[in-house]
Amino acid sequence: MSISGLLWQFFAIALALALAPLLTGWVNQCRAWLQNRAAPPLLQPYFMLHKLFHKDVVLAHGASPLFVFAPYVVFGCMLLACAIIPTLSTDLPFAPAADTIALVGVFGLARLFIALAAMDIGTSFGTLGGRREMLIGFLAEPALLMVIFTTAMISQSTSVATIVETLAHGDFVINPSLAFAGIAFTFVSFAENARVPVDNPATHLELTMIHEAMILEYSGRHLALIEWAAALKLYAYSCLGLALFFPWGIAEGDSAAGLLLAISALIAKLAVGGALLALIETINAKVRIFRAPEFLGTAFLFAVLGLLVRLLLESRV
Amino acid sequence: MSTVVPLSAQLINLFAAVILLLAFAMLAQRRVLPLINLFALQGLTLCLSTLVVAFSTGQAHLYGSAALTLVLKALLLPWILHRLVRKLQVKSDVEGLVNIPTTMLIGIVLVMVAFNVALPISQLASTISRGTLGIALASVMLAFLMMIVRTKAIPQVVGFLAMENGLFLAATSATYGMPMVVELGIALDVLVGAIILGVFFFQIREQFDSLDIRHLEKLKER
Repeated sequence: MSISGLLWQFFAIALALALAPLLTGWVNQCRAWLQNRAAPPLLQPYFMLHKLFHKDVVLAHGASPLFVFAPYVVFGCMLLACAIIPTLSTDLPFAPAADTIALVGVFGLARLFIALAAMDIGTSFGTLGGRREMLIGFLAEPALLMVIFTTAMISQSTSVATIVETLAHGDFVINPSLAFAGIAFTFVSFAENARVPVDNPATHLELTMIHEAMILEYSGRHLALIEWAAALKLYAYSCLGLALFFPWGIAEGDSAAGLLLAISALIAKLAVGGALLALIETINAKVRIFRAPEFLGTAFLFAVLGLLVRLLLESRV
Repeated sequence: MSTVVPLSAQLINLFAAVILLLAFAMLAQRRVLPLINLFALQGLTLCLSTLVVAFSTGQAHLYGSAALTLVLKALLLPWILHRLVRKLQVKSDVEGLVNIPTTMLIGIVLVMVAFNVALPISQLASTISRGTLGIALASVMLAFLMMIVRTKAIPQVVGFLAMENGLFLAATSATYGMPMVVELGIALDVLVGAIILGVFFFQIREQFDSLDIRHLEKLKER
């Protein structure tokens, strides 16, 4: 582990912290444009975070230490996920720390804590949100794992860095299984990030909320951390999707030129991806909560199909 | 992957995968008009895949099959179905006997069966597209499943036509297509079948005021 590698790793984490709210702001802006509304400024999420960090925390009576502790755990988990996913280079010191299965576990840990904290206060909306979140989570996780297994079968490894290296730098091969896995991953990331077909991030109607219902009781810096963690989660999922399905541009070593190229490629890809996300959110309507299992069941189906197609077409030709 | 696979084989595999994807999309589709559009898209993909096979193997008669597929399955049949839907003023919701997630799960099981059955057969074939035989078999079975679980007449016909798509893919992948005479015969059969079924639709609706073919089970002499 070289010093420059360590420095670049910290730079990648700092970049994630800085870019994540920007990505959320960009998606919101695109959404507003597509819906013929006046768009909020691109930096709106930063203003929001700034405001929330300067407000006092109001704690409900009977809030246990878990309630105060949870935002820090969630934020930490998302930051760790951003460090593990090779956003800039496949050869950074944190990459071997955990493989893709552990990465799914990190997301699961964050989900567990936020759902527990939502139930901690004992309000009906918090409990409702927590239950819904666990429902979505337990359906989304197997689909995500199946997607990862498909990519792992192609590269013969579950380490994120190895998968990305194989996909980005091997001979150019059309993998139909990756197309299936890509569709499944898109479905899963919409559900996991509380996006439109499953949950509406901008809703004010408590009865239809999932993510928002869980964090109704939070205020001040706790709410800021959770909002920031949600932005980081969107960033992490976007980067994971880009790394798995559009890995071109990610550097292999830690040379400055390669990394600068990787940064510009990442920003360009995120801009396009964010605009596409806003487009999909605009042309779709939110489905009823009871349709969400069907939505995620379809994602699971596509992931399994990808695995099967991989076995049939690509293993022995 | 150790050996380098030619680009044409990769393209054929990709198109076959898209056909399978569309077969599942048709299975999951609740509404009639998007269902017909998906069927047209499947025909188009089938045409493209046949073109790639024809180009990479130099089998001239496959160009004819591809053209036939394009005209018949991507343009003519969808157009006839669209007209039927408009004339019959079909209500858009499709009702199934089994709910959609269960249908999809059954579909997955069918795909596994088809892949396993096709594996030994495709190892005997020597064609460039032999890997897609499993997918062809799977799309035939998925179309069959659609005919079984749907209760309305038009989705059943679409299932019947999609089954023919799967058979065509199987023929192309296993033996580079059937002789032209056979293919023309099948094409005519499918076309006439669709037209006759269209006439039936009008009769069914006149009798029962609905296209739900469950009414047919209660037929009695009066």
